[in-house]
Amino acid sequence: MDADVLKGGFANAPVDAARAFRGLMTVMARPGKLETLQGAQPPAPVSVAAGTVILTLCDPDTPLHLAGDWDCTAMRDWVAFHVGAPIVAAEQAMFAIGRWEDLAPLSRFAIGTPEYPDRSATLIVEREVLASAGATLRGPGIKETAEMALPETEAFQMNALLFPLGLDFFFTCGDQVSALPRTTKVEAA
Amino acid sequence: MSDYNFAYLDEQTKRMIRRAILKGLAIPGYQVPFASREMPMPYGWGTGGVQVSAATLTPEDTLKVIDQGADDTTNAVSIRKFFEKTAGVATTEETAQASVIQTRHRIPEEALREDQILVYQVPIPEPLRFLEPSEVETRKMHSLEEYGLMHVKLYEDIAKHGAIATSYAYPVKVEGRYVMDPSPIPKFDNPKMEMAAIQLFGAGREQRIYALPPYCQVVSLDFEDFPFEASKAEHPCDMCGAEDSYLDEVIMDDAGSRMFVCSDTDYCASRRAAGHVGAQAAALEETAA
Repeated sequence: MDADVLKGGFANAPVDAARAFRGLMTVMARPGKLETLQGAQPPAPVSVAAGTVILTLCDPDTPLHLAGDWDCTAMRDWVAFHVGAPIVAAEQAMFAIGRWEDLAPLSRFAIGTPEYPDRSATLIVEREVLASAGATLRGPGIKETAEMALPETEAFQMNALLFPLGLDFFFTCGDQVSALPRTTKVEAA
Repeated sequence: MSDYNFAYLDEQTKRMIRRAILKGLAIPGYQVPFASREMPMPYGWGTGGVQVSAATLTPEDTLKVIDQGADDTTNAVSIRKFFEKTAGVATTEETAQASVIQTRHRIPEEALREDQILVYQVPIPEPLRFLEPSEVETRKMHSLEEYGLMHVKLYEDIAKHGAIATSYAYPVKVEGRYVMDPSPIPKFDNPKMEMAAIQLFGAGREQRIYALPPYCQVVSLDFEDFPFEASKAEHPCDMCGAEDSYLDEVIMDDAGSRMFVCSDTDYCASRRAAGHVGAQAAALEETAA
């Protein structure tokens, strides 16, 4: 095991996690909004924001799926040391991280049950760029409409149709994060 | 510096609560189960709200705590002190100054902003509980969107009393899907729930967290011929003269005299500071002096 994996955790866990969670709660409650996340220094290719999401929300109780290039030894070791989340296949995951194309097909992930719709996966999608322009968003948390650049629109429209079941998404790039809960209605720009 | 972990709870507990809050925001009105902890205060004193606040606070926050609208009651004072001690956050009694407001049974009169968070203390989160005691059954009713029983209850109110007699904890439907208990706020406050701030609900003993994102559709249940009415005492505040605020009725002596005062103490005090005077304000200040 490389000694580098011991680095990159929160310097002051209670306070760093509290600030990061406020950012996550803000974007989940207001789809389309961008927030800055700081604190984690995960190994490449994982972004600062995605690493911070994992440190803030994941622990031994949350099975994590690493998709594509994000499933590397450095990342597995980093998660094992800092978080302790079991690395699992997509079907068992509560959280998943990777590029949009590596996370497909989305039908592998848990969408909850009619009696427990909260037992659904949260996907952390790593993007090349995040922008508050693109597809039109409507729904809870949005006064009238908001805009967000999305990798595609159809998958999110299908996901919204599953409500109250469905997946919830964080989008990360560098130290930026935005979110799209299952309630948001997406329309192509 | 405090000997406690920041905001009292350990980090794994906070992560668990935070995950529940995020799922709650993603499924507005749905009650997310969470592993509620023992807190250093009894159940019924806001342990659910305290745990949600503890998972939400950052060192930069300014916290306000109200109990039935008042900042100076036992419950509010002790929770405020709890977070002063364990999280080292600033506290305030002014609604506009607060970034996080924990409340028991009221929504402040002053409209909340986008950068504020309202945390409710909830005793019984399940709106159907007094109609159906089994959790297995109520969970199934929510999954099937089977809310006929709630309408029967409101109908029986009308049949017995000639009007919907439910005056607090008045059930609402969120985004056309989940029927939700707004906690025992007066129904006067129900229309305020479509607000700019994030609303989080914590029920400690019942181990449930639920949430409303900003601008979420919240409709009070009613009938076409008996529409919902946000009622209050037909009286202005006797201290500040406000016509638009929710009032508490205070019995003044054993001869039947009484007065009505704003239940929101900060709202009333700031109006009086701005020079508004109610019918009994002068007489009361004389007695106090």
